[in-house]
Amino acid sequence: MNAMGLLNYWFVIVLMMIGFYVLIAQGNLVKKIVGLNIFQTSVFVFYISMGKITGATAPILDSDWSVYSNPLPHVLILTAIVVGVATTALGLSLTVRIHEAYGSVEEDEINEMDE
Amino acid sequence: MLVITALIVVRLENLFTVAMVTGIYSLLSAVFFTLLDAVDVAFTEAAVGAGISTVLMLGTLSLVGHQQKKRKTVQWFPLTIVTITGLLLMYGTLDIPPFGEGGNPIHGHATTVHYLEESSHETGMPNVVTSVLASYRGYDTMGETTVIFTAMVGVLLLMSGRKRKPSKDVEGDPSGR
Amino acid sequence: MEDNVILRVATKILTPYILLFALYVQFHGDYGPGGGFQAGVIFAAGFVLYTLIYGLETARRVLPLKFAALCGALGVLIYAGVGIATMMKGGEFLNYNYLDSHNAEHGQHLGILLVELGVLTTVFGVMVVIFYSFAGRRDIQS
Repeated sequence: MNAMGLLNYWFVIVLMMIGFYVLIAQGNLVKKIVGLNIFQTSVFVFYISMGKITGATAPILDSDWSVYSNPLPHVLILTAIVVGVATTALGLSLTVRIHEAYGSVEEDEINEMDE
Repeated sequence: MLVITALIVVRLENLFTVAMVTGIYSLLSAVFFTLLDAVDVAFTEAAVGAGISTVLMLGTLSLVGHQQKKRKTVQWFPLTIVTITGLLLMYGTLDIPPFGEGGNPIHGHATTVHYLEESSHETGMPNVVTSVLASYRGYDTMGETTVIFTAMVGVLLLMSGRKRKPSKDVEGDPSGR
Repeated sequence: MEDNVILRVATKILTPYILLFALYVQFHGDYGPGGGFQAGVIFAAGFVLYTLIYGLETARRVLPLKFAALCGALGVLIYAGVGIATMMKGGEFLNYNYLDSHNAEHGQHLGILLVELGVLTTVFGVMVVIFYSFAGRRDIQS
């Protein structure tokens, strides 16, 4: 169990926590969606790191290579990225509608208006 | 690099700059995916994250304004929560097998071995990612397609309607908006 | 943006190649990186570029919103239709081996091609619809 082998995962966690911080600490709705995107990407990096084998190549079969990285995480993340952009679009359109209704995208201002 | 870019995103207050830096962040993560042998994923991330997402973000900003409200620089309560969660997760990684070793359990699982060894003569395709995506896991991909279709329906419902005039008598009614 | 000659001409030159590249990514996906998702996004990116330079009105004459929305629905239909077709041929849902009664591998090829085509159509339609919705919102607002 050496630290180098886990360094990659720790970067993932740092990224994830940055996204999480943006999500809970910033009041701007657009910024929150950006934070959510960072969070999402960190999970993608985590999955892809699990599938990596040192010295292997991309999983496109070829007679010159015998060791391939694991294709299964790639497939899962490929679809997750596209679904991610679809949900981002949905979130952004909700933000636009909130802006039309309240004239603001700052969380605290919206809360004040509701009271 | 990724971490630095993400930190810049947190610090910036002009949202237009945030959108551009997010694009750079996506592109950097695409480079990282290429280094980790996930060429298909890198391709998608570069096209989707750096292309379409940025355009959508800019489109939204032109509608909602691009200056974030000034607020306190560091908020200690969320920072504490985030730090504690991060440390707990790091404690959790101690049980994960080290990065990049061929003997990790994920690589020895029967499905992975089957995909890599049988895919070429079961589907006749050199790109295992495509064959797994479309053939072995066709149900998954069909679900994903349906999900983005649903997202389209949602965006259309939210965005294509006329703006209702905020009249005084229905003000207390949130469903009127 | 509509008066800038360089941008207009460059867009005119680039757009067909972007669309062509998308088709290359689509049909080369069996051998190299690529596939329906990426191709759909690139195809949509071509139209996004066109819309940015020539304005929403012109773009909507080239590709109406209804048609794009129809594409989004059609892709899911193609995908599910392949599943139904395999069931008609006597196999399980989405088991492409039955698409070609003589050679299972050819059936797989055909199935994957059709399914990726469905994915391309949906992703393309969805991305264009979402972009049109965001770009056209200002007119609705005013």
